[in-house]
Amino acid sequence: MLRLFFLVLILLLTGCHQPVWNDPYPAAESGSNTLYLAFQERPKHLDPAIAYSTDAYEIIGQIVEPPLQYDYLKRPYTLIPLTLRDMPDIQYLDATGKPLTNDAPAAAIAQSIYTLHLTPGIFYQPHPAFARNRLGQYTYWPLTASAWRHLNRWQDFTHNGTQELTAADYVYAIKRLASPQTNCPILGIMSDNIVGMKRLAAKLAHDHPHPGVDEFIDLDHYTLRGVRQIDRYTLQIHLHGKYPQFSYWLAMPFFAPIPRVVDAFYHQPGMSAHNFTLDWHPVGTGPYQLTLMNPNWRMVLSRNPNFHHERYPNTGSTDDAARGLLRDAGKPLPFIDDIVFSLEKETIPYWNKFLQGYYDYSAISTDSFNQAIATDVKGNPHVTPALRNQGITLSTATLPVVSYTAFNMHDSTVGGNSMRARQLRQAISIAVNYEEFITIFLNGRGIPAQSPIPPGIFGYDDTPADINPVTYHLVDGHIERRPITDARRLLAEAGYPNGRDSQTGAPLVLYYDNTFTGPNAKAYVDWMVSQLARLNIQLISRSSDFNRFEDKIRHGTTQIFVGGWNADYPDPENFLALFYGPNSKLSSGGENDANYHNPAYDALFEQMKNMDNTPQRFAIIQQMVKILQQDAPWMFGYFPRQYVLRQAWIGPTKPMPIANNTIKYIHLNPALREQNRTRWNRPVIWPLVAIAIVLLLAGLSMWRIKRRRDERTAS
Amino acid sequence: MIRYLLRRLLYAVPILLGVNLLTFCLFFMVNTPDDIARMHLGVKHVNHAAILNWEHSHGYDLPLFYNRHETSWHTLTDTLFVHKSLSMFTLHFGLSDDGRDIAREIRQRAGPSLSIALPAFIIGLGTNISLALMLVWMRAGLADRVGVIIAVALMSVSGLFYIIGGQFVIAHLWRWVPISGFVPGVDSWRFVLLPIAISVIAGIGNGMRWYRSIFLEEIGKDYVRTARAKGLDESRILFRHVLKNGMIPILTGAVAVLPLLFMGSLLTESFFGIPGLGSYVVDAIQSQDFAVVRAMVFIGSALYLIGLWLTDIAYGWVDPRVRLS
Repeated sequence: MLRLFFLVLILLLTGCHQPVWNDPYPAAESGSNTLYLAFQERPKHLDPAIAYSTDAYEIIGQIVEPPLQYDYLKRPYTLIPLTLRDMPDIQYLDATGKPLTNDAPAAAIAQSIYTLHLTPGIFYQPHPAFARNRLGQYTYWPLTASAWRHLNRWQDFTHNGTQELTAADYVYAIKRLASPQTNCPILGIMSDNIVGMKRLAAKLAHDHPHPGVDEFIDLDHYTLRGVRQIDRYTLQIHLHGKYPQFSYWLAMPFFAPIPRVVDAFYHQPGMSAHNFTLDWHPVGTGPYQLTLMNPNWRMVLSRNPNFHHERYPNTGSTDDAARGLLRDAGKPLPFIDDIVFSLEKETIPYWNKFLQGYYDYSAISTDSFNQAIATDVKGNPHVTPALRNQGITLSTATLPVVSYTAFNMHDSTVGGNSMRARQLRQAISIAVNYEEFITIFLNGRGIPAQSPIPPGIFGYDDTPADINPVTYHLVDGHIERRPITDARRLLAEAGYPNGRDSQTGAPLVLYYDNTFTGPNAKAYVDWMVSQLARLNIQLISRSSDFNRFEDKIRHGTTQIFVGGWNADYPDPENFLALFYGPNSKLSSGGENDANYHNPAYDALFEQMKNMDNTPQRFAIIQQMVKILQQDAPWMFGYFPRQYVLRQAWIGPTKPMPIANNTIKYIHLNPALREQNRTRWNRPVIWPLVAIAIVLLLAGLSMWRIKRRRDERTAS
Repeated sequence: MIRYLLRRLLYAVPILLGVNLLTFCLFFMVNTPDDIARMHLGVKHVNHAAILNWEHSHGYDLPLFYNRHETSWHTLTDTLFVHKSLSMFTLHFGLSDDGRDIAREIRQRAGPSLSIALPAFIIGLGTNISLALMLVWMRAGLADRVGVIIAVALMSVSGLFYIIGGQFVIAHLWRWVPISGFVPGVDSWRFVLLPIAISVIAGIGNGMRWYRSIFLEEIGKDYVRTARAKGLDESRILFRHVLKNGMIPILTGAVAVLPLLFMGSLLTESFFGIPGLGSYVVDAIQSQDFAVVRAMVFIGSALYLIGLWLTDIAYGWVDPRVRLS
């Protein structure tokens, strides 16, 4: 033990010639222009046609480029071209194929044609799929059995090449969405909208009923009627009817380009057995390329040397200018050379490493909230003095997410359109105090929702006119939840005075379905039970695993259940579709979990969904929201607020929760980081010396005892 | 002996088959192929056709045990159980449900797991034996009593406390080593030092008490009395005779654990960000990746059987009185 300790001591004292001993990164990275981030779970997919999660988008958003992106500074969220020369030309045709004007009624539009003009001169990242020999043949396609003898790791592909982005790559990528090999999650929605998509999917499934993982399905041999290449830099996409939200899909990685040669490269025998797949080595034209891919340890993105000339936005609001967000206006992107994502499964080491300066950003877990955030007298959050001394700053943003509690409208007690059921839902909606929930469980990181539309989305209104009159009222100009007496009155009117059925006298017992797990699960349930207990309603929790919970929702066997929705795109249609009757989960397997159906609402939805963001659309949305507030199929819950801590060496950034390619706008000061890391992480030496002395004394005592015993035995 | 070992090896086949069957039944009792598909595709915008397509492309569209659409022996072989579980016996683990090669993944993760588990095991064994011998040497005295109290106290503390406490004191307050992380190669010593130290310390209480009781049992035996009567000093008795005889149960116990070291430790690897095998199976259960679960359970049970096999060999090796037949 003693020897081991001294060995460790020597290693620490001699091996660590660096000023800090606890630097988790290789010495070669010291002082580099690298951004350090963490990931808690490895992303399931990085193939842009399959990936559909925030953690995956954080990585592929920097690698691949769909045709459009969101303006970094402009609010409300606005689409701008990314690889396109300009925004898509949209042309509408009637059923006879005759062009219509842009203001033509949606019902008259039989087809929409999106014409996309690419910017010439955009090149892909260096990649072995593009590598060619002197004869112009691809180096690594097709691969021979002998070539595999030298290919074991990704780094063994020593030759790289590139090629220019063309319209054919987008056409190929859209066809890939229909491939049975891809399993694209949005194939259903795209089949309903892109002309010929359904037919292509059926044809591919017929021709390749059991595609092997390494089988190359050459999609150039198939035609997708609604998507065609016009010339090298132009393509057209034909949609059924009018679908204005399609532009938002064009800003998502699903529509990132995939050249045919890349697909062919990855579908060669032996590729998947080496984990060389598009899922783990994505290819793109974006600002970064994946240079190290170990999803169990570390993923490194490095600057793409072929990145096209994109510049930081020149225009922003005066507030943006005041916050220094226009300081980099017009400068070429990206600013950072490398991005390192390290596996950090637990929040405690993640938080401590952030405090030591080894992560550049951190979220705030409930455990460390009080250490990080203090609230001033006005209720505004600030970082605590300790963190302020380190130069750490806080940025907050309301996420385009709604977290709600829904009633199953098919349930015989809480569902249906009867006055009795509606009043019961309204009473419960008043009783469940989400302000309290936000304070207790979220440390104030949420905004009580008055409707399903979050802030930042067209249709959201934060004026008093927008309040939910069923659950809130204005007191001295302030929004306040209605008193519990209002809920009790509604409950009595519904036929449940004091929580008992007026006809049978039986207590009202309701069931609460949820997937709560972990240490807070019981607290969540107890809190919910206590809210309904204020109305003398007995709430019984039915916690189940995710599969069983989803199963119950699909079969409509829930009564009251938890739910959440994260926006696909910043359009109210994405949220209001969650109440559209034909989207009912029970009848059509759609996204309307509550199985809400109101013909008046459905008619307004059909009218609103294809409109541009005009005052008329806003007025219709308000009508729809009023219907929902009265019918109360959901307790609208809250909109989560994201709190992110940023180190002093990170330049000003603007929260942009809807976009996923924003790392290119971040810049950092590596010298300041190095200086602070050194200052914050000087090792404390005295305990080493103290332990050495204690061990020495212990050894000496043992030796003395032994000597004494030996002497005693000898005498 | 060879016949005995071969017989034990054959016994392993039905055991592995049973473990495989049990894992399969338990997994599919909780998760249907639909559930697995939904978990992988997500819940947004996914329709029934997409689920069927996923099941088809991943081979989950077969019946579990009996395929009534087939004829003759295909009714039993063209089933999920044969395709997904029995293929393990050919050591062909295939791809995980998220498309990564399982054998490659295991090879990649085994190194980091072993880089902690093996040194922690060896150092822990050495430390526990040394401390136990020390207590036996000072038996019935104050140091022995204090030692036992400390051992009981160390045993009573949760493993998580050692990890969080160790990270806080050593890595956060004193800043001697990185709190978490890993780099492959020689430089990994900076990252494995703390988890090894914590694993050793966390195991001291248990190990020291157990080994102390083994040595105390030995020290009361006749051969020790004879050695004392011959005039040998106490330390020589302890280190030459008691240690040697006490090592029989210690070694056989240790050998049984040896193959399982390969499986890593979930808690240690999670907190220290070690990309090992510890969390592989737990992550797979959470993401309902049956391909990984079946492979890891198979490997785990096979290693356990190897451990028992090695124990038998070790008995024969360290104790000449034991003859395997």
